[in-house]
Amino acid sequence: MNGTVGASGLILNEPLLWEKGRKGRRGMSMVESGVPPAPIDAGLCDEGPDFPDLSEIDVIRHYTRLSQWNFGIDSGMYPLGSCTMKYNPKINERMAATPEIACAHPMLDDASSQGVLRIMFELQQFLAVITGMDAVSLQPSAGAQGELAGMLIFAAWFRSRGEKRTKILIPDTAHGTNPASAALCGFTPVPLKSGDDGRLAVETVAALMDGETAGIMLTNPNTLGIFESNIRAIAEAVHARGGLVYGDGANMNAIMGIADPRKCGVDVLHLNLHKTFSTPHGGGGPGAGPVCVVQALEQFLPAPRVIRDDSGYRLADGGPSSIGRLHAFHGNFSVLVRAWSYIRSMGPEDLKKASQLAVLNANYVKERLKGTLHLPYDQPSLHECVFSDQFQHDHGIRTLDMAKRLIDYGYHPPTVYFPLVVPGAIMIEPTETECRDDLDQFVEAFKAVVQEAADTPDLLLQAPVRAKLRRLDETRAARHPCLCG
Amino acid sequence: MRYLPHTPEEIAEMLAVVGKGSLDELFTSIPADCRFAGSIPVPEALTEWQLNDLMREISGSMTIEPQHSVLVGAGRYQHHIPEIVRSLAGRSEFLTSYTPYQPEMAQGTLQGIFEYQTLTARLLGLDVANASLYDGASALAEALLMGLRVVKKSRRVAISRAVHPHYREVVASYLRPTGYEIIELPFGPDGRTDLSPLAGVDGLAAVALQSPNFFGAMEDLEQAATAIHASGALLVAGFTEPMAFGLYKNPGRCGADIACGEGQSLGLPVSFGGAALGMFACREEFVRNMPGRLVGETVDLEGRRGYVLTLSTREQHIRREKATSNICSNQGLCAMTAAIFMASLGGGGLRQTARCNYDLSEYLKNGLIAAGAVPVFSGPTFNEFALRFAGDFTPVRERLKGKGIVAGIELGKYYPDYTGCWLFCVTEKATKTILDTVISEVRG
Repeated sequence: MNGTVGASGLILNEPLLWEKGRKGRRGMSMVESGVPPAPIDAGLCDEGPDFPDLSEIDVIRHYTRLSQWNFGIDSGMYPLGSCTMKYNPKINERMAATPEIACAHPMLDDASSQGVLRIMFELQQFLAVITGMDAVSLQPSAGAQGELAGMLIFAAWFRSRGEKRTKILIPDTAHGTNPASAALCGFTPVPLKSGDDGRLAVETVAALMDGETAGIMLTNPNTLGIFESNIRAIAEAVHARGGLVYGDGANMNAIMGIADPRKCGVDVLHLNLHKTFSTPHGGGGPGAGPVCVVQALEQFLPAPRVIRDDSGYRLADGGPSSIGRLHAFHGNFSVLVRAWSYIRSMGPEDLKKASQLAVLNANYVKERLKGTLHLPYDQPSLHECVFSDQFQHDHGIRTLDMAKRLIDYGYHPPTVYFPLVVPGAIMIEPTETECRDDLDQFVEAFKAVVQEAADTPDLLLQAPVRAKLRRLDETRAARHPCLCG
Repeated sequence: MRYLPHTPEEIAEMLAVVGKGSLDELFTSIPADCRFAGSIPVPEALTEWQLNDLMREISGSMTIEPQHSVLVGAGRYQHHIPEIVRSLAGRSEFLTSYTPYQPEMAQGTLQGIFEYQTLTARLLGLDVANASLYDGASALAEALLMGLRVVKKSRRVAISRAVHPHYREVVASYLRPTGYEIIELPFGPDGRTDLSPLAGVDGLAAVALQSPNFFGAMEDLEQAATAIHASGALLVAGFTEPMAFGLYKNPGRCGADIACGEGQSLGLPVSFGGAALGMFACREEFVRNMPGRLVGETVDLEGRRGYVLTLSTREQHIRREKATSNICSNQGLCAMTAAIFMASLGGGGLRQTARCNYDLSEYLKNGLIAAGAVPVFSGPTFNEFALRFAGDFTPVRERLKGKGIVAGIELGKYYPDYTGCWLFCVTEKATKTILDTVISEVRG
């Protein structure tokens, strides 16, 4: 492992919050009201929660130590397939923290809020032209809520036409959230099998698309990183039976300025701003999942949205057809500011370049690891590539073991065991912000792990050994849940 | 572009490795009729310095500035945020990490969220809290859907009209395609919900109240819990202002089965309503019906304490269409921020801050009543209250704006019956001087 980035750092132990501190300590300034205490009905009151009392330095050290047990994009390469872990620009953080923006109160009138409304209006426009769609709602708080919005729009569309459709087609290469989102809207998922080339065939769709089926949920490029080249014909088959096409735009990072979802026949599309548009994942959110639609579906979008008229920017309520609100206010607004900042920083050429380089990087890694790892679908692919652990089975090594050993080499593992169509899947998405040297280093690390799988498999079975903790007992966590300290 | 590290030479070398002559050749799998035409019509790229200038122009068009006193709540609250919260929550190891699927590389996030779950459960007086939902409104919708799963053969839920109007809209959006019925409950002259329309209603899964409610009034949750449980339904206690539980009895203590609401008050900026934090807690017996992610304690191979995501068999990526929710990414960093805030404040600090909110709020309320205003509702409040004025309050409000004070919002837009009534909010950020200015402006 000489020359790899993996190393044991100076990791300090730290107890749980309530295992430290002393009653009476304070970690923040306390305000004196300056007015007399007001009478209160003691029967309604309580002694307050049992929180630990800590000083400012107690809190600082606690969270600084915790943060050092974490790996982020700023620490190193994070080739997590389908999650698009690209660099999160620092200037975007500063934009979102602009004091006038951060203190904007959402219950005040439009005249007080022109700046924030302008950012939302511009972002709506930008996302519309990037996807080729006609109208955008920024309200959904994450990709899954964007999907939910899309499915609610499907339901509202059929309701408006007096139709009751109960099923929806979902390919086996779809994101895991798709079936759950559809089910929330009363659609029963009908699984579609992708072909041997990793693509969906028109005939497969046409055979199942009937008058009771609302349409299809399609991820393009799909979770194998393969562009669904039959998408136009698939969309026509769905439209011919009165159905709608939902595009999961989680993989938009592969095709900005290159493919046009609208021309592909997509009617509703959600985007993950925390993937394609560089906003940070925050250890699991906040994200943002704007939903984009063609004109015929605009009336159903969540409301309010921002419009511009002679008096400036204003929030427009939805009409009677709108699916209504999905968020108390406007979604994760501070995330929207970051995405706006990213698009303004990139401009048209570099957005397209980002997609080109993301695809170049993924193809480069695919080419260099092909042969070392089993490549189940040797097809032209875009922003990610999916290998499997088939070559390592003889050594008793599985995907998980290689993933854990990569941690010792200083890399976050790829997405594992997804998509489900590939047993033992290893899904790598380098993103465009990794340079060639770093990709080479990653490839060499992976090759070394594969070599170890043959020579010293026990090293992999024991991995990781350099992280703060060894493998964790997930079965015990689920069998005897301890969710609260 | 500084975010794209490739030199032209590297691009050429990499293309040679993959056997392509140009970047365009990487995309031959995309049919011609699916291609994007021309250049993306977004504005040309800005340098960092140009972007700063643009943001200065945009922020300059905001008429409310940070030094203004905003005496408005209604779902979002201006509280002091200590510098350590910003500083710690901004650490890039927290900010730029993904959902902790690889626990050995994410113990910081995992222990931090476990602590958040614990502090949340203690704050709300319940056994278990999840790792967060999107916001208070979708958390309420998820709570009602959970109630419909827990209470067998149920098909109705009830929700108070004193719940934030936007929350009720979100609940309606989530429930519309399910076919379940939503019963709206009126409120009485004390501003508290009237449960009497529930008499004789069958198939009831859950009743959602908000306390403090939209008018700032504290609901009588204990009495409501008894009545609701007698009908076989669950009490869902919503909130938009968790600071209240530093002073008032928490939902669990009052008998709530599920408590859910907005956690923005706990260290998050108002930021035009987002990023938000959906807090969600329930009694132990319902944990397997809970939506959202959960972090649990376990041990590693050497027996050392550690944390993992757990009970994922409830979730979308395992159970697919049978999942308890479709939620995937949630509000991880917001939950971490709230935990840092709660840790900084401590139990004593929360109590003191809550008391400060109450005293200042009562000071303004009583001052305005003495100046001729009339309370719209008679019940006890926390840091918000509704008043009616003898004359038109609008010109008074305009004058106060000129003095850097944004005083209240009008209720008519949300409750036409209460046109001419104004909802005020006073937090620890307000000073006696500010409140005296408002009172004397009203007195005229």
